[in-house]
Formats: sequence, C-alpha cells, structure tokens
Amino acid sequence: MKKKRLSFSEIYLALVTLITYLPIAVVIVFSFNDSKLPVAWKGFTLRWYERLFHDAALMEALRNSIVLGLVSCLFAAVIGTLGAIGMARVHFKSKGMMEYLSTMPIMLPEIILGMVFMAFFSMLKLPFGWPTLIIAHTSFCIPYVYLMVKARLVGIDKSIEEAARDLGASPSRAFFDITLPLILPAVSSGCVLSFAMSFDDVVISIFVNGPTLSTLPIKVYTQMRTGVTPEINALCTLILIAVILILSLSSFLRNRETSDDDK
Amino acid sequence: MKSFWTDRRWLCVLPLYAFTLVFVLGPVVYMVAVSFAQNEAGTGFRWAFTLENFAKMRDPVYVQCFRESFTLALSTTLLCSLIGYPFGYCMGRLGKRGKRLMMFLVMVPFWTSSLIRLYGWLILLQAKGVFNNLLIALGLINEPLKILYTYPAVLIGMVYGLLPFMILAVYTSVEKMDWTLIEAARDLGASRAKAFFTVTLRLTLPGLMSGIILTFVPSMGLFFIADLLGGNKIVLVGSLIQDQMTRGGNQPFAAALALILAAVTTVMLWAYRRLTGTAELEGML
Repeated sequence: MKKKRLSFSEIYLALVTLITYLPIAVVIVFSFNDSKLPVAWKGFTLRWYERLFHDAALMEALRNSIVLGLVSCLFAAVIGTLGAIGMARVHFKSKGMMEYLSTMPIMLPEIILGMVFMAFFSMLKLPFGWPTLIIAHTSFCIPYVYLMVKARLVGIDKSIEEAARDLGASPSRAFFDITLPLILPAVSSGCVLSFAMSFDDVVISIFVNGPTLSTLPIKVYTQMRTGVTPEINALCTLILIAVILILSLSSFLRNRETSDDDK
Repeated sequence: MKSFWTDRRWLCVLPLYAFTLVFVLGPVVYMVAVSFAQNEAGTGFRWAFTLENFAKMRDPVYVQCFRESFTLALSTTLLCSLIGYPFGYCMGRLGKRGKRLMMFLVMVPFWTSSLIRLYGWLILLQAKGVFNNLLIALGLINEPLKILYTYPAVLIGMVYGLLPFMILAVYTSVEKMDWTLIEAARDLGASRAKAFFTVTLRLTLPGLMSGIILTFVPSMGLFFIADLLGGNKIVLVGSLIQDQMTRGGNQPFAAALALILAAVTTVMLWAYRRLTGTAELEGML
C-alpha cells in the first residue's frame, strides 16, 4: 500500500517536471535547426551560434545585462548586508516600518515599481539609461540580500562571537573572524539570486532603460513581438548552460553551509 | 574607534535607510501625490487636487479591464494551487537525495529567463507549431487548433510562469512539518483524509497562503505574458498602466491605477501577516 502511494506521487512529480521542461527543450532543439522558422525540423546546424557571436546588437545587450546585474548586485550586497547587520542591533521605533519599506520592491507587482521609478526619475530629471537602470535594479536586489543575511544572522549562535571576545579578540576582530565568515554564504546566495532577478527583469527595465540602452530581456521581448531569429534560441541555450552552472555552484555553497551547521 | 563594532554597529543601517528613503519611499510618495493631480493633455499634469483620476475608473472599459485582470489572476492562482500544492507536498515526502534533485529541477526553469520559456510556449502552441503537428500526426484533429492568442494560452503562460513560486512556498512548509503529528492523529483513529485535512493542511497553510500571494500579486501586473501569448486581446491593468505611462501620456491616471493595485497587494500582505503572525512570506527565497 505504502509503496504504491509513493510511486503515484513520483509519477506526478515526473509528469509536471516534464511539462515544465517541454518549452525549454523546444527552444534548445530549434537552436540547432537549419531553418529560420521554428516550425519543422530541417536538419542540424550550428550556424545560429556562429551568427550569434557576430550579432553586435545582441552581444551588446548581453554585455549590458551582465554589467547591470553585477553592479546592482554589488551595491545590493553592500547595502543589504550592512543593513541586516545593523538592523539586528538597533531598536529604533522606525525599524519595523523601515524593514517593510526596504523589502517592498519585491512585494509590489513589478509594473508598479517600474512606473513609479519612471515617474520619479523624470521628475528628478535623471538621465534615463545606466543611472536609472542601476538604481531601479539595486532597489529590488537589496531585499534578497537583506532577507538572506537576516535569516542567517538569526541562526548564528551569539555565544561564538562572545567567546572570541572573552578570549581577547577586539570587537572588530571578532566580527571579521567569526561573524563575517558565518554570514558569507548567505551574502553570496543573496547575490546570486539578485543577479538572476536582475538578469531576467523585463518589466521594470522597460520603464527606465531610456531610448538607447537595451538589456537582453528587452531585446528578446521586442523580437518576440516582431519576429524571433534562431540566434535568440542559440543564446538562450547558452544562458541555460550558464544557469545550470551557477545553480550547481550555489547549491554547492548552500550544502557547505548546511554541513557547517551539522558540525 | 575600538568600540565601533559593539556600540556603533547601528551605523551600518545608514546606507539602507538612506537608499530606502530616497529611492523607495520617495517614489511611492510621489506616485500617491501624482494620482491626485490634474492631468493636462500634452503638457503632463498640474498640481491641483482632484479625484477625477479615480472617478475615471468607473468607466465600463476600465471596470471590464479590472474584472478581467482579477479573473485571470484568480484562475491563475487557483490552478497554481491545484497543481503546485500536491507537487510541493509530494516533494516534501521524498528522501534527502530526491529532494535535492527535485529542488534542482524546479530551480533551473525558475532561473531561466521567463521570456525564453514563454518563447518556448509560443513555438509549441502556434498554428503550425509542434503541438498541433503532433495532434494532426496522431490523427486526433484535421485542422490546427487555434490556441495561441487566446485566453487559454495566456492562462497556460501565467500558470507556467508562476507555478515555481507556489511549489517552493508549499515545499518549504511541508519540509518543516513534524510528521509525527500525523502519525499521532492516525494512531488516535483519524482516517487518512481526516488526518490530512485537520493536521497536514493546517500546518502547511502558511506555505499555501504565501504561495497564493506570491502568485496572485505578480499575476495582476504581468502584462507581457498576456501581451505575447494573448496578442493584445486581453488588456490587463498592467498593460493599461504601461499604456497610460508611455503612449497615453496620462501619468496621474496611471498613478491612480497603480495605487489601487498597490492597495490590493497591501491588503493581501496585511491579511497574511494577521493570519500567520509572520511578516515574511514562507519559501520566498
């Protein structure tokens, strides 16, 4: 009886997972298809990959997305980590409200954040482009880092840091030797997550990117409305490989973090 | 300076406070203000208090738009719960290695660009696409079905895009659950169904509710799914806001629409906080 129930749930898991991967598989398969239209299989080719690297506009969009993701994730890492450390110590009356406000960018529907930024930046007369994109992306990257580090800080045994202090370490030494290494995995997974969110964002970017700057998702979005070339399929396949690599790395980091807990 | 890390650690919050006040609170307050400002065609808007932006929403066109968005968000959330809850539950019952594998399998599409996956559906569902060819080859239909640019296509795209949020939220809850409680209920004579409804469902409710919020809230604003798979036939509040912001040029009306959407979101988050006693959504990270 028990075995039968288990296999039923396994079939269910497998089935849903299969459907989930179907669209991704299709995109990959058609990246090797020797035809401009993703309708029927015409034979194997690598020419879309070759064309991809010669497509200057697409490559620039890719570069923009990577730079944007890295810069916003760096800002978010600094602001979010410091914020979480500080918040654990302060007892301002405004603390709850501040926490609510600073995590709001990932609670609100993206469309609101996008339009609000667009209106606000045009009021401030900020030049639309890099500055606006970076501010907007940083705003929704901070909550990921902040929440990750905060959760990690709660789990840390305070007595370890106290022990270091008792043994004569200065407060800063205790922080850099004890607390920082302990929260580092949380900082890095927060960074990976916020990079992924930034790299994938289309709704917010479309409001603040300005007339000339284009990120990869914006490029894909515009092409999807007018007509997609298989170069996009090729690029998607490469990104998928990168995602799998990054995910493996982050799950490795996470596992190391949990095995640290076991000790 | 020596005591910095003990006495003055609160200084660490300054960048977060500054950023949040200037770039989160600032824009939001500005939006609220603009939603009460008077629109002036061509020149933008004038700072004169008015409620006409909100009154304008009573226009049947916009009422219809709100109703459609709401129905779509509701059906998306319902389908996500029906598919995602059993999935998260089954996942939580797996062994350690199974869990790790499933987690990986759930996370890969979640992290792959949502646009790319949407494009995959576009290829699958189009008139001469893979799905129709398969059905014709199987002899089930003679003519290709029109799926793309219809309501079901939008629904598929929405459910597909938001399902991982539901799965992860439910899974986190199930994972934390103390299975001995169910055994206890069973030992005390509860049927399998009764044990599930009185114990399991109760204990995983925070996860389910968090999943509902994480699917419902974004689905009100994900205009690009309806745009790409629905082919402009379904106008959601999200598309309306975007349209008013860019082409329509009516910022105050866009701000008023966004304010209503934000209010719905806030009410849902507040209800979640009241019902579960926690501020953070289960399984969000």
